[in-house]
Amino acid sequence: MLTQAKEVELREFARQIRIHTIRQIGLRGFGHIGGCMSIADLLSVLYGDQLKHDPKDPQWAERDWLVCSKGHAGPAIYAALALRGFFPMEWLETLNQPGTNLPSHCDRKKTPGIDMTTGSLGQGLSIACGVAQAHLLNGKSNTIYCIMGDGESQEGQNWEAVIYAAQQRLGNLILFVDDNQAQIDGYVRQIGQMESYADKFRSFHWDVADVDGHDLSAMHDAILRAKSITGVPSAIVLHTVKGQGCTFALRSWCHHMAVSKEDMEEALRALNA
Amino acid sequence: MGYQTVEKIVMESAGLSETYFHTMMRLMGENPDVMELEADLGVCILGGGYKEMEETYPGQLFNCGIQEANMVGVACGLSAVGKVPFCHTFSPFLARRANDQIFISACYAGANIRLVGSDPGVMAAFNGGTHMPFEDVAAVRAFPGLTIVEPTDSAMLVNLLEQLVTLKGVYYLRMARKPMAKIYQDGSTFTIGKGCVIREGSDATIVASGLMVADAVEAADMLAAQGLHARVVDMFTIKPIDGELLTACARETGAVVTAENHNVIGGLGSAVCEVLSSTCPVPVERVGVQDRFGEVGPIDYLKETLGLTPAAIAEAVKRAVARK
Repeated sequence: MLTQAKEVELREFARQIRIHTIRQIGLRGFGHIGGCMSIADLLSVLYGDQLKHDPKDPQWAERDWLVCSKGHAGPAIYAALALRGFFPMEWLETLNQPGTNLPSHCDRKKTPGIDMTTGSLGQGLSIACGVAQAHLLNGKSNTIYCIMGDGESQEGQNWEAVIYAAQQRLGNLILFVDDNQAQIDGYVRQIGQMESYADKFRSFHWDVADVDGHDLSAMHDAILRAKSITGVPSAIVLHTVKGQGCTFALRSWCHHMAVSKEDMEEALRALNA
Repeated sequence: MGYQTVEKIVMESAGLSETYFHTMMRLMGENPDVMELEADLGVCILGGGYKEMEETYPGQLFNCGIQEANMVGVACGLSAVGKVPFCHTFSPFLARRANDQIFISACYAGANIRLVGSDPGVMAAFNGGTHMPFEDVAAVRAFPGLTIVEPTDSAMLVNLLEQLVTLKGVYYLRMARKPMAKIYQDGSTFTIGKGCVIREGSDATIVASGLMVADAVEAADMLAAQGLHARVVDMFTIKPIDGELLTACARETGAVVTAENHNVIGGLGSAVCEVLSSTCPVPVERVGVQDRFGEVGPIDYLKETLGLTPAAIAEAVKRAVARK
């Protein structure tokens, strides 16, 4: 259980992540706002509590890893990383500007703290499996986290990796499925109905939890539980709202959208209220 | 150091797969980070040695199952933590099936992995057209930072594998499993990115790779009997191609013929033309597969049917020389 004080701290961290994500995208005028907002609370729990990291040494050998397979959620991670001190806050104003270190999709060669390059959907979990396996082979106890989008789960490679992770008993791997129910062209149920993620992962012999992806305490507890389970990989299905906490995104189809100055200011006012 | 050719070219008694197995066993013993990843074709390249490798180095050989895309991704993750993975499957299942993973997860992300694609081109023989890649080089050659090497014989394979353990980047090793013609003396060393002049000549240059190197030498012998003296270059590194050597050969011999076990579109022949068109545009003839699919058959039949023969190379040299 999170203490009340820690929960307050993480709630504030999540608010800051949202503010700085909306600012990045708002200043640029367009971006993947919806899927950034849906994982903002998860990022707060990870970078505010559970994910071992050192902003002064992004390559620290003892760190936990985050492979964000839905690479278009980069801006939300950049906000978390900047707030934690991986790079100056001013960098956030360079999102998608020529020569930036903060491209729309995660790039480990450009951004301090980004552990893996992702963008062509469906590839992150395989890489996370390799990272997890290497740590196990080296006798290390680092936890390897991966975030997969629900639309992204339609890519077949994910399920190759699901088989592999179970077969290799990658107990240090924790996968979050961001079940925000929407993809670019419509609702996931209209395009490629996935039914129950929990049932799917269970059938592949994964440990599974289903939690509200905006409940900080529930996510915290689910991560602790997953860490305590050895010998099998864990999937934590996050039931989320695409665009959560962002006024203009919540009233729009928000996977990727144009964002006006007025939109940005309205959303920031609401978050600052 | 360097390479020395044999006096007389003969077929090797063992396949490159045997050389691969024995060399990898040694390299895995020397460096516990060296890993072999398979996509359920392990016995095809390791043979009876599969079990021996698994038992000797249990944390270094993994069968991913029939999932090439995942295998490449896993390798990229392993390499990010310092492991030295070699991923093997048949070459079409790497270059075609895992193409985007090779681009994004490996090349774009700056991974250090080695892709071992076996049975290129006609070497797929009785597996037929579905398994017979004449497009694998073309499919990955435009990926920035990717290196393509095609070992000619066992001596070269040993040396390339030794180098690949320490080199950083993404390497595509396009190799046969079957016995090859022995071109180089054992213990020869090679510089990746530098072609090997294995026969001197002044009338034309034959630039060949892999299976076609021995045929190029045979073609040079045929031409010599007719008074034409062809230089033969083993261009085992298809990317980055040795533009300096190609340009020198074009200047000195005035005509170039390429010979490859691949489509003439996008492979060695294309790479040679890309260089010479800007440095020394001499007549070039490309011997290779003329933009068609493969089919089932013995290698000799396929080579004859597809025009991958010493005679075809010799005829191409005559055409190139006539165009001077």
